[in-house]
This record gives sequence, structure tokens and C-alpha cells, in this order.
Amino acid sequence: MRQWDTLAANRRARLARGQAMSSGKIVDPAMITALLEAVIEPGDRVCLEGDNQKQADFLARSLTRVDVTRVHDLHMVQSVLAMPEHLELFERGIARRLDFSFSGPQGARLARLVRAGGIEIGAIHTYLELFSRYFIDLTPRVSLIVASSADRAGNLYTGPNTEDTPAIVEATAFKNGIVIAQVNTLAESLPRVDIPGDWVDYVVVSPTPHIIEPLFTRDPAQISEIQVLMAMLVIRGIYAEYGVNRLNHGIGFDTAAIELLLPTYGERLGLKGKICRYWAMNPHPTIIPAIESGFVESIYSFGSELGMEAYTAARSDIFFTGPDGSLRSNRAFCQAAGHYACDLFIGSTLQVDLEGNSSTATLDRITGFGGAPNMGADARGRRHASGAWLKAGHEDAGASRMPRGRKLVVQMVETFRERMQPAFVERLDAWHLMEETGMALPPVMIYGDDVTHIVTEEGIANLLLCHDAEERAEAIRGVAGYTPVGLARNSRAVENLRDRGVIRRPEDLGIDVREAGRDLLAARTMKDLVHWSGGLYNPPRRFRNW
Amino acid sequence: MEHLEFDFPGRPMPVPARAQVIVGVVSSGNLEVLMEKVSLNGSCHVNVDTVITGFGRIWQAVLSDFFARHALSDVRISINDVGATPAVVGLRLVQALEDLQRGVS
Repeated sequence: MRQWDTLAANRRARLARGQAMSSGKIVDPAMITALLEAVIEPGDRVCLEGDNQKQADFLARSLTRVDVTRVHDLHMVQSVLAMPEHLELFERGIARRLDFSFSGPQGARLARLVRAGGIEIGAIHTYLELFSRYFIDLTPRVSLIVASSADRAGNLYTGPNTEDTPAIVEATAFKNGIVIAQVNTLAESLPRVDIPGDWVDYVVVSPTPHIIEPLFTRDPAQISEIQVLMAMLVIRGIYAEYGVNRLNHGIGFDTAAIELLLPTYGERLGLKGKICRYWAMNPHPTIIPAIESGFVESIYSFGSELGMEAYTAARSDIFFTGPDGSLRSNRAFCQAAGHYACDLFIGSTLQVDLEGNSSTATLDRITGFGGAPNMGADARGRRHASGAWLKAGHEDAGASRMPRGRKLVVQMVETFRERMQPAFVERLDAWHLMEETGMALPPVMIYGDDVTHIVTEEGIANLLLCHDAEERAEAIRGVAGYTPVGLARNSRAVENLRDRGVIRRPEDLGIDVREAGRDLLAARTMKDLVHWSGGLYNPPRRFRNW
Repeated sequence: MEHLEFDFPGRPMPVPARAQVIVGVVSSGNLEVLMEKVSLNGSCHVNVDTVITGFGRIWQAVLSDFFARHALSDVRISINDVGATPAVVGLRLVQALEDLQRGVS
């Protein structure tokens, strides 16, 4: 006779072992490693919370200190590999296998560890894909999460940076797993409840507040004239052209320039109320002038951004806020919103090949994907229409006779990166990385058949209008400037594409490149952003020079 | 450091408002362009001093495009480059020509 509740029985056994290390749900910080040793079993699948913003850093550090004879061969599932401790788990043999999404700052060290055989990588996912697997075949047995504060019943308040926590806790708590939360403070009552206490087993107050990165802050002082020019191209040649009202902006100076041009260039073109009204994006400080100028109706966020707390709270018509008045973010919902309810994704990239495949992988670094592939993909399950979506679908030369829409997926890149590294290449570094590390696939951020437009300082290539692979390659060469790929173009073919509107130069769009100056930016410094916010934006110290 | 020199045949241009202009700055990723109206028997000459070596072919291509798009004669251009991309070079050249012709500085 099969027993049908082994997970529940196992959960009870773990909680019984943990009883000696806790008082109710509260764990003394000095006892946390002992608790982890008691409730984690060898071979467990463990989710360690941390993304590109907040980190369960105290729990990560505590996990590196467990007795490796008691806790070993763990299968880590986590959004981001950001801290040295995350890799130390593998170097010490505490963990063996990894499924993740992004590894930005640890990318080079991760690649070395993979080559040395010190880590088994299951797969590199997008955020939404990884969260989805938490509910199918990668459900955590134990999750180590992070929140701002807790009460004695285990209710958690995350503050504006709710981020991944609800998805992780949902998958763990409802499959008889164990949820352990680190918090900055223990409180009698919470401003609001982001995670109900009966989904949380243990709470520990970390000795120092958890790490949080202001990853989405871009200092306007560092935006170049070329980025201003590219932003003019995007506003005039794509946003105005398609009437894009629902969109997602990725991270970077290229898109920050667009945000800062809306109140100046966008306003002058009469585009207020016609473009950029509804957003899936983090509260970028550089969106403040567009909000204050009346361009923006609504913003739903993946996470928050350090320094934007008071501003988002004071603009509750725009942002999603709780009964306590502060922002509520949710990465899983926002990724779904960006995928299904936005008509356009635009982001920067590092390399583009002649099929339009776009990658941020470079030699010797495993960086992963984050959310871009979900935002930057046509939502084939989408069924509602909008003007921008229908126009893109109508242009799609490769489409069948069945009327369909298309998501606009725009990649923005200067033809050369720093130190004259060409952004356009015959072969992506991603192939080399795959061969070096034995991955199943080259790590491509956005597949060429999802990309609809490539924007460089040379102009816009509309790949929707290309009839075949050859024409597509020529269109890409046509905006690849003086890179070897660009110089290999057939000038007559490119002029022909220009006549058909496949390639549009700045002058074809009525843009005078001499106008592309930093004085077009609505804010040119961090202080300008503070001023636009009426003093509500409070930049982290590293961004202050006053 | 690399020093490069290029000659281009001239095409008749309106009399500029100024005899010489300087645009840009000498800082990383940027460049300084000095554009002067001088007597060169109708042709044009470009001197490039760049901190990045080995990109003569790209300089040739960028400058050829500039002279193909704009009619210039008896103009000498001196470039002090600190690793600017071709996009920035192109923009500075257009700005310098604008200033030379319209007399803005």
C-alpha cells in the first residue's frame, strides 16, 4: 500500500528537528547555521532568494558555514548568482547542481567553475521560466527568503521590493516545503502583510540589513550624444510610427535616453497622450520627468529601486501601492504582464549576428538571461488586438494569410562598443561559450526571428519587412556602420532597402543629427532628477556628487 | 599613438562664415576636431592623431563618407582622437562643418 503523504511526514520531521533551535518561529541569529543543518537534508533542492536587487545575504552566508558532512549535494535553484557566497556553496561541496537565471557579477568565476567540473548546471532560464519550474519539476524542499520585517506569527512585510518572494513561497509552502525568512527587524505589527505568516516556518533577524542594489539607476550625466540620437530614432521611427502605448524598457543608458527625451523631443513632436502611457518597468529614476510631464498613466514593477520609495508612494495614481502607501512589486506577475500585455520591448544588447540573434554572452563569462527573453519574444498565446500589434503583424512579410499581430521587439546597439569592439558579428561569442562549457544551446538572449527592429546610430532596420534571410542579413549590414560586417554590405542592395523603408536613416525620418545633443535631455544630472521629483527622489550616496 | 593623413578632392562650397572652428573635447571616447579654411588648390586634407592604432581603414571609410555627403574645398581638418567611435567622429565632423558655415562656436 503506497503512502501518499510522505512529503507532509518529512516536513513534520524537519520541523521537529528544528524545534531545539527556535522559539516559536523565531530563530536566534547565532543558531541559524544549526537550524539549517537540522532542517536541510543531503540532496535537497534549496531555493536561495536573491535577484538583481535584493539578496537573502545573511542566509546565504550562513548556508556556506554548515557542516558539509551533514549538508551536502544540494541542488540550488535561484534567480541570480550574484554573491561570492553563492559560488562558495559549490566550491565547498555543500551544493552540486544549479538551475538559475542570471549570474551577472559572478559570470567569469562561474564559467571557470563549470570548466573545472565543480558545478553541474541544469539549465539557464528566464525568470518566468524558472519560477514556472518551481511549480512543475523544480519545487524547492527548503526556501531561504528575504523580507524587510516580520511579526512573531511569521507574517512578512517586504516593502517596495517584493520581487520574487511570493512566487518562491507559494511553490514551497504549498508542497510541504520549509520556508525560512531573514528580516531586518522584528515588529509588533506590520505596515502590511505581503506574505501570510502560516506560509512561513522560521524567521531570523539578520545582523545587518539585507543587501539591495540600485541596479536600475542611470546617471543622466553619462548619456552620450549618440544615445540621444538613437533615442530620437526610436521615438520618431518606432514609438510614433506604431503608436506604442504599452511597453517595457530594459535596463541601460540607451533606454534611459528615450525616457529623458519624452518631455522634450516627444512633447515637441506632439506625442503626449499618443505614446508611452502604460508600462511594465521598474521605477527608473530617469522616468520621473516623463511622469511629471504627464506622459505616463500607469507603471507596474518587477521590483523597486533604491531611493524611489517616497516618490512612488507619492504617485499612487501611477504606481501600484499597498494600503500602507508603499510600492508593491512582483516579478512573476510583471514578467507575465510584460509578455502578454505590452506591445513593445526595447533593450540594449552586446552582439548581433546576421540573422538578428542578439546576445549579451561574451567569451569566458556565463551571464544568463534574466527577464529579457520573456519581454523580447512574440507572445504567441496572445489574442487581444491593439493598433501597434496589428500594424506590426500586417508588416510581417513572413506571416501566413491568417491575420495576426506581432510584438515589436527592438534591439538598440551602437555599432561599436568600448575599445572599438564591433557589436555586429558573423558569429556570436555565445557559440564559443556553448562549446567551452558543454551547454545544450548557445545562450542567445533574443532570437533573430523575434527581433522586429534593430536600431543603431546609422538608422533603423525593420526586419519585419524583409522577405528572406538574405534580405534580412543585408538590412542588418545596412545599419552596422563601419564594423567589418557593415563594410561588407552591398551598397546598391542597401539603397534598395532604404527606398522600400526597410532601412531608415536619420534624415529619412526628418532627424537632423546635429540636433542630437545632451541639451535635449529633460534631466542632465542626478540633481535634475531630484528637482523634477520635487525632492521626493533620494538617490543612493554613490550617485550623489553634491 | 598613430598618425594618419588623407587627401580628398574638393567640391565647390559656399564661403564659410568663419576661418576656423574647434569642436569636441580631448577626453576618453571623444575627440577634438579643428576645421580650417586654408588654401589647398581646391582640395582637402585631413590629419588624424589617434591613441588607438590599426584602424586606418575605418578612418578612410568614415572620412570618405563625410566628403561624399558634404561639398568642401580648401579645408584642412586636424583630428585629435582619444578613442572615439566612428559615430562620434561623424557627428563631430558634421558639427564642425555646421559651425564653420554658420559661424556658431
